[in-house]
Order: sequence, then C-alpha cells, then structure tokens
Amino acid sequence: MPKPSSKKTEKAVGELTYEEALAELEEIVSALEGEQNQLDESIKLFERGQQLAAHCGVLLEAAELKVKQVVGDEVIPFEELSE
Amino acid sequence: MQPILFPQSAQQWTVSKLTFYIRKLLEEDEILQDVWVQGEISNLSRPASGHIYFTLKDPSAALRCVMWKTSASRLRIPLQDGKAVEIHGRIGVYEVSGQYQLYVDQIRPVGEGALYQEFMRLKAMLEAEGLFAPERKRLIPMFPKRIGIVTSATGAALRDILNTLRRRLPLVEVILAPSPVQGVEAPPALVKALQSLVLQSPDVILLARGGGSIEDLWAFNDERVVRAVANSAVPVICGVGHETDFTLCDFAADLRAPTPTAAAELATQITMIDLRAAVVSLRSRLNSATLNLIAEQKSSLTSLASELRYVSPERHIQSGRQRVDELTRRARSSLSQGMQLKSAHIQGMRHRLEALNPMAVLRRGYAVVTRNDNNNVVSRVEEASEEMRVRVSNGEFEVKKLDHRKS
Repeated sequence: MPKPSSKKTEKAVGELTYEEALAELEEIVSALEGEQNQLDESIKLFERGQQLAAHCGVLLEAAELKVKQVVGDEVIPFEELSE
Repeated sequence: MQPILFPQSAQQWTVSKLTFYIRKLLEEDEILQDVWVQGEISNLSRPASGHIYFTLKDPSAALRCVMWKTSASRLRIPLQDGKAVEIHGRIGVYEVSGQYQLYVDQIRPVGEGALYQEFMRLKAMLEAEGLFAPERKRLIPMFPKRIGIVTSATGAALRDILNTLRRRLPLVEVILAPSPVQGVEAPPALVKALQSLVLQSPDVILLARGGGSIEDLWAFNDERVVRAVANSAVPVICGVGHETDFTLCDFAADLRAPTPTAAAELATQITMIDLRAAVVSLRSRLNSATLNLIAEQKSSLTSLASELRYVSPERHIQSGRQRVDELTRRARSSLSQGMQLKSAHIQGMRHRLEALNPMAVLRRGYAVVTRNDNNNVVSRVEEASEEMRVRVSNGEFEVKKLDHRKS
C-alpha cells in the first residue's frame, strides 16, 4: 500500500475538506497499524494524524448546511424564508 | 265479504322478527354490502363518541349514513354539510328505529373515482413497461456530499427536509431545483427541475411534497414526471404526501419515503453522530497504534542494547586486561627466578674474582714489582730494571736494583 506521506500532493491540513481529511486519517491509521515503519516516519504520521483528527472535529462542529438553488443554468445561493 | 279476523295461514310476526327478517334480506344481498354512492352531505353530526352521522342526499332521495370511529379516524378529507362526496360502505338495518342505513368505511371527493381509474390504468401500463421493476432500483449512497431537492421553494416539505438535513448531516451541500408541485404547470416544471438538477450531479435527489388530497398530489402521477423519475441519471428518493399516500413517482423512484422528512432521513444514513464517533475511534486507533509502535521500538532497542553489550569490545578489553595481568605475573615470576640465578652466578663470579684479586695475594705478604720505565710487571729476573716500584697490600715504594741472580 502506498505510504500516505509519499503522496504527491500533501496539502496543509487546514485546507482539506472533511472527506479528504477523514480519508487521509484512515490511511494513516491503517499504515501505523500495519507494516513496520521507521520511527521518525511514524512520529511524523502520528503528528499529521493528530492534526487531521482535530481538523475533522473542528469541521464537524462548525458545519453549516449550505443551500443553493438552480435557476435556469445558474446555481445561486438560496435564501430560506424565516419562520 | 266478511273480514278475516283469524286468518289460519298467515304467519304470526313480531316487530322484532320482521325487522330481523328485513335485515337479513338486505345484509345477505351482495350488491348492498359493497356500494359506492354519490351524494351531498347534510345533517352532519359528530358527537363526542367519535362516530359520524349524516344524511346523504340527492335531489330526490336521502340515505341515513353512519361512520364508526375506527373508519372516521382514517378520514383524509374534511366533511361539511353540502359537500359532494362518494361514499363506500354496506347497507344495514338499525333495528331499534327500524331504519336501514349505510355503514360507511370510506369517503372521497367526487371525481376522485375517475382519477383513481386513471391512476390504475397508468400504473398497469408503466408496470408492464418495466418502469417499476425492482432491478431498476439503485442503491442510495450512504454518505452523500451533495443532495438535490425538487420541491416547492415555499412549501413545508422543503422546510422539513432542510431541518432534517441540518440536524443529521450539515456537512452536506444542498441544491434546490424549485418547482410548483400542483396544478397544470407542475408536471412540466417538475420534469425540467429534475433535469436541471441532474446536470449539477448530486449524489441523490429528493422529490418531495407535503400532504394533500389526491388531486393535490396528482402531478406526481403524471406520466411525464413518472418517466423523468425513472430515467433520472441520479438515484431519486420520493417523499410525497403522507404515509398512506402512494403516487406513481413512489413506484418509479429508487426508494420511496413515507414523508419528505423521511426522505431526508433516508438520504442521510450516516449522520453527525456516526461521523463524530468515527473521528473519536480513528483518533484512539491513531494513539494506540503509535504507542504500540513506540513500545515495540523500545523493546527492540532494549534487546539490541543487551546484544550490543554482549558483543561489546569492553569484554575483549577486560579479558585482554586479565591476560596482561597474567602475563605480567608470569613475567615477574620468571624474571625473579632468573634474577636469583644470575645473582648466585654473580656471587660465584665475585668469589672467583676475589680469589684472583692480586690485592688479596698482597694481603698475604706477596708484593708486585713493576718497572718504572714501562710499568711492566717484573716476574722474571731478566726483566728487572734499575728502578722499580714495589706494591704491597697498603701502598708502594720505590726500590733500586743492587744485583741480580737467578734462583
């Protein structure tokens, strides 16, 4: 399996979407649980994993439903009627 | 002609028996036990018992009607005097007042019957085409990122769906394709909304509308809309009306939801609760995997260290040191032996030397005579010179030769 850290595009954690962060976190955990790793490599993975987990948590708590609407060929923000 | 006071052949009836007989006649008639009657409601009465009483009328006749509480609770339309309805039920007799009446189990607005016929015809046709076949149904994605909604922008259905999504999965992106959901303009608008939404490639589309009469929901039985749902490139969940309402779109959709809220729930099988739990479990797996790894490294380090001690040059040094000690000791002992030997030898030599020491001879009274001119020892008469020196044990003196003779 390819080492997560050897991925060609390692983005800053803060720029990842929830799905990306979760997917990479899953990869890192499996890598750490699986094969034998170099210690310094593992520590790097662990640190990245911690950042990813924290980032996921933040994104979850901050998530706000985004609603858009299709008008003709365009997608524009949708203003909900307040009750 | 005499009145027949006591006719012999006539059967003796009581009111009860006769009424029972009439009741049997009516209630054994198959047609009367399963009738749809059309008329207008009047004398509507809804006592606290929950049963409903009214009279169904047309211009020339009236029919007493009773709807028991259990049937009344399933009533979908409001009743009022003057309302034209179609009623289903069976004819029975209320013996206490000697009245026949209709025991009602369903009431629908006039015209619904025709709609229902049309519904059944279309359903049979599309079913025969295979539009509703189970193998056409696609799986709804577990964790959609983008959800499309086709419904009225102002309806309660949209509000219910958005609230449900907000509560369950606010990470999701919602794209609404607003469309009227009833009236003649609704079917083409619904089709267009579905098509423009598919272009935005959502993971799933919710087709929704709040509850209403069968006429209100009729757009969702329109053949164009049903076909658009069946042909959608994106899986569709249909949540139209209430639990008991079925539209053809329900059959054509990949999944039928009883209500708009339920449609939103079925579209979000993974919720925030699951996502939070996933992060928590990944985090703990991350920690324990890393701790395990460190523990492994530590233990292999420990065993390597002990191996290293085993092969350490220190051991060589120690054993070398020991060997040096041993050699030193051996060297020292062999040396001292040699020394003793040598010193004995020297002692012996010294004794021998002592024996040869001319001075020792002198001490015994002998003297050494040397010539003055060349310091040669004079051991023969011929060697004597005029002047010579005589050495004795404690000094010397000079002598002159007076004569010489050989002995």
